[in-house]
Amino acid sequence: MSELFRNIFRFILFLLIEVYVLNRVPHLHRFISPSLYFLFILWLPFVVSPRWLLVIGFMTGLTLDYFTQTPGLHAAACVLIAYVRPFLIAVLTPRDSGDFNYREPSPQSLLWAPYFIYVLILTLLHHAWLVMLEWMSFGSFSDFLLKLIASTAISLLLIFTVELLFPRNMRFRTNVGG
Amino acid sequence: MRNVILFIRRYFTFFTFLLLQVVSLWFLYTFNKFHQAQFSQSANELTGEVNARYKKIENFFALGEENRRVHQLNDSLFNLLPRQYAQVDTARQLVRDTVPSDTLNRYRRYYFRPAAVIYNSTNSEKNYIQLDRGSVHGITENMSVLSSTGAAVGVVVNVSPRFAQVMSLLHVRQKVNVALKKSGDFGTLEWDGEDPGLLLLKGLPKSVPVQVGDSVETSRYSFNFPPGYPVGTVAEIVSDPGTNFFLLKVRPAARFYNLQYVFVVENLQYSEQVQLDEQTRKRIEDPKRNPR
Repeated sequence: MSELFRNIFRFILFLLIEVYVLNRVPHLHRFISPSLYFLFILWLPFVVSPRWLLVIGFMTGLTLDYFTQTPGLHAAACVLIAYVRPFLIAVLTPRDSGDFNYREPSPQSLLWAPYFIYVLILTLLHHAWLVMLEWMSFGSFSDFLLKLIASTAISLLLIFTVELLFPRNMRFRTNVGG
Repeated sequence: MRNVILFIRRYFTFFTFLLLQVVSLWFLYTFNKFHQAQFSQSANELTGEVNARYKKIENFFALGEENRRVHQLNDSLFNLLPRQYAQVDTARQLVRDTVPSDTLNRYRRYYFRPAAVIYNSTNSEKNYIQLDRGSVHGITENMSVLSSTGAAVGVVVNVSPRFAQVMSLLHVRQKVNVALKKSGDFGTLEWDGEDPGLLLLKGLPKSVPVQVGDSVETSRYSFNFPPGYPVGTVAEIVSDPGTNFFLLKVRPAARFYNLQYVFVVENLQYSEQVQLDEQTRKRIEDPKRNPR
């Protein structure tokens, strides 16, 4: 149960930070729009099945959309990364999964380099989808590329700051007796 | 048949993914097309509660500035009080006109309602502002919104019972009819989504004398904005040799970053004006009715 509450707490916290901090600070530049809320999806436990991931991703995006008055925009991007996540994890986790008994993706469970790739790819995908949907209704292609790169960079910076500031203590699932 | 079912079972996750994507995109495009979808009706009520609570906390930290502003406003109102004027001729008596209607047959055109801003953004290309007044307080769509200093802020695009959503001037679809204060020549105010500190004024002919620093105010030809309220000042004049029109960059008078209290202005003749306009267009431009 504590797993469930922990994730609900995270969901609310990330959403509040996104809506009331990141969306409200005066932006550095029009291309740089930081976002952090999708880290919630990146941090979901390994045990969540791909279908539930999709549903949770959709709900996360839609809840944020209610606040930002852009119905469907973040939902689409979240559904995309929720869909890609299991494939990435399958590629990046160690092969000999006998002693692999961590709860959720983190620098400790995947090791730093694979975890960086995991976060990079999903952040890039999320922003690409988001910025592309915005760009299709408005803007030019160079804007699209610059905005994608700048937003991804600032989001990565934020994500790894969060990882370093709040290291999650990774307890093992205890059925192995570890 | 069995193969089809197996196929669907095997790719069930992928189909869920496709379905959810389509639902998201459907939301996105129906909303963008009419930009006031039914979606936000219920969303306003949901997020409005949270926003109102957050604003209560935020207001606490902004009390200092707000006090100063209220003090300034009080100051100017005190100056208008009759007791600030000395009666020079003591033999004359003050006679109050008790006739309720104005003897010049003037009627009220604009009605101001105060409202507090509970959500505001300036970071996106489509910025909306949420107010704590809705249809039960008499707010309807197409009312204009002025800041507490009287500067143009935006237009109400959607209302729920207790909240209203305002399309800010910082919105790429916003178009407002504005005029130069000096000469009264009018143009259209737009925004290109780039710099929230610069709006664009288009459609002003090059024959009009314009200088950097000229004031831009709301035009008398606008249906929703009352005339003569400040919009901004000309910051840069871009003279495109290809057209006969100026492209002016206008620094907005309203400070969008720290909006707290605004006025929602109702044009009491709005529906009549718009109806007449539409009827005229229909009558003149409909080829069936007017076979000339």
